[in-house]
Amino acid sequence: MELTRRNALAMGLGAAAMTVLPFRVHAATDDAIAAFTGGAVIAEGGVTLDAPEIAENGNTVPVSVSAEGASAILVLAAGNPTPGVAEFHFGELAGSSSASTRIRLAGTQDVVAIAKLADGSFARASKTVKVTIGGCGG
Amino acid sequence: MAAAALYGSSGFGNWARLAAQQRLTQDDLLGFDTYGNVSLIHVTDIHAQLKPIYFREPSINIGVGGNKGEVPHLTGADFRARYGIADGSPSHYALSSGDFAALAAEYGRVGGLDRVATVINHIRADRPDALLLDGGDTWHGSMTCYKTAGQDMVNVMNALKPDAMTFHWEFTLGSDRVAEIVESLPFAALGQNIFDAEWDEPAELFKPYKFFERGGVKVAVIGQAFPYMPIANPRWMFPEYSFGIRDENMQAMVDEVRDAGAELVVVLSHNGFDVDKKMAGIVTGIDVILSGHTHDALPEPVQVGQTFIIASGSNGKFVSRVDLDVREGKMQGIRHKLIPIFSDVIAPDATITQLIDAERAPYAAELSEVLGQTDSLLYRRGNFNGTWDDLICDALMSEREAQIAMSPGVRWGPSLLPGDSITREDVWNVTSMSYGEAYRTEMTGEFIKVILEDVADNIFNPDPYYQQGGDMVRIGGMGFAIDINKPQGERISKMTLLSTGEEIDAAKSYVVAGWASVNEGTEGPMIWDVVESHIRKLGTVTISGDSNVTVTGA
Repeated sequence: MELTRRNALAMGLGAAAMTVLPFRVHAATDDAIAAFTGGAVIAEGGVTLDAPEIAENGNTVPVSVSAEGASAILVLAAGNPTPGVAEFHFGELAGSSSASTRIRLAGTQDVVAIAKLADGSFARASKTVKVTIGGCGG
Repeated sequence: MAAAALYGSSGFGNWARLAAQQRLTQDDLLGFDTYGNVSLIHVTDIHAQLKPIYFREPSINIGVGGNKGEVPHLTGADFRARYGIADGSPSHYALSSGDFAALAAEYGRVGGLDRVATVINHIRADRPDALLLDGGDTWHGSMTCYKTAGQDMVNVMNALKPDAMTFHWEFTLGSDRVAEIVESLPFAALGQNIFDAEWDEPAELFKPYKFFERGGVKVAVIGQAFPYMPIANPRWMFPEYSFGIRDENMQAMVDEVRDAGAELVVVLSHNGFDVDKKMAGIVTGIDVILSGHTHDALPEPVQVGQTFIIASGSNGKFVSRVDLDVREGKMQGIRHKLIPIFSDVIAPDATITQLIDAERAPYAAELSEVLGQTDSLLYRRGNFNGTWDDLICDALMSEREAQIAMSPGVRWGPSLLPGDSITREDVWNVTSMSYGEAYRTEMTGEFIKVILEDVADNIFNPDPYYQQGGDMVRIGGMGFAIDINKPQGERISKMTLLSTGEEIDAAKSYVVAGWASVNEGTEGPMIWDVVESHIRKLGTVTISGDSNVTVTGA
């Protein structure tokens, strides 16, 4: 086959060189959280965030969030150039305050969920999702 | 009953002593005071090894984080000291590295599914309703398995009458073939973590668990397939499926079977040992985890809380027998024995020998063709290098005219002794897979480092849930240093091109040959043909076994 850089990347053990380091938390993440909470104190726990430890495909990572009685849940990919993923709102007629979606992760990073609970307080959960080249499992 | 009392009833001490006296008979190996009311028989990671083989255990198996210095991360003399195994004893030979070639000459080959059949039949004679559970990596790893797309292993295993199985390399047969086989299986195909990729719901073909009534006990066996299949193996071969550890769902399944009246909960796992250990500390209500994937063989269970983890080795070298006392709705005691399959000590079961030979007959001439000789011990296991991979990397560099070679850090593949002939079967045993194309490409120094850092983090991440359970990618033509305890991106340094002694330049391109790419459309000759051609040219193989990897932080 022709030896080009493009082929080299495709033929190696996989993905792009971008995946090597955990991505730094983008300043926009803090801004988005502040805008959502109005700067209120955020407690750990009270919101459930379900995401894989290692992404099977960084382009489409399944993420689920839930928080009992929450009126809204903000989901952020803290290391993406644009961290905002989704802001789910739950009306009074909602059966449960839970939602699932798929997100694209540029590299290994924390996924963050902030929930606005029924009493107006805020709760946070986060999980590191690793995006890897893979290929050597034995 | 207190946890400590449960732990004390391992059956290991007895055969270790017998073994130390070097009076090994089949009765010694199989002897077991039948205990309690339920028996489990565990085989795992057979990798299609139907016939007896040599298999050298690793001399380097580094544990990180909380697992530093813990089993299974003890090797050689440290391992023997931990379990009170005498140097030179059969247990030394079966379970640990050191003096391998000399001990192999004395004690002979291990494994062979006809010997495994004898052990299973013996246990069933004691306890007719014993459960036989296969931890997976069964339909992969030999020429006959490759040529029959797993059918030889399916036929032989079916004759052993397993009760349930979970999976890993099986999926590299492709999802259509997996579905075809699974639909024909006369036993349960389990995996609570096998999901439909599109809907993120449990896959219909695989059930999360199955109930068995044994010794008056309601037993639930929950399957746990290898969590990182689409990452460690080519996702495009089984795009319909998603995996993951999914310990929340494991807890839900344990709760579900307990609510349905399970008195004993067994997890048949392909997580790998450290992942099972972590999972046992998170999920409550599991009595026994039968652990596979990382190929560890431990002569005693490891206890985490009220969960006992059993590690049963690989390549058909061991069978674990686990007898359990289950009364009043819960497990009251455990007795365990890791039975090494010494092929010259355990008599083969004639029916299974015939079946194995019939499966192999169409390929007998191809399998037995001698390609060359080896002056050196050829083995694979170890975190950084093995002489088989040194030979494979040499073949890649020589046959594909590359500066640097890469060979995947898989843990399967039997060993050969100095003086042995190398047959075509031997080469396939260490290379056979459904994506064996040997690519040749260019990579920058920077990209080579990215690969090494990525793979290193899959082994040495301090959190087992972020590990994939293989060994480090083997590198030919290049040396490097690795600091285990650094974070990803900082572990690898001093990358040196061995042919010139020059430091690897991040911006410069190097010609790299490798095999087992997970990418679709990879082109090149099959790795077994590349290695065969190289061995034929050499005639006699000599491998120094010296490592070009400098390790710190271990």
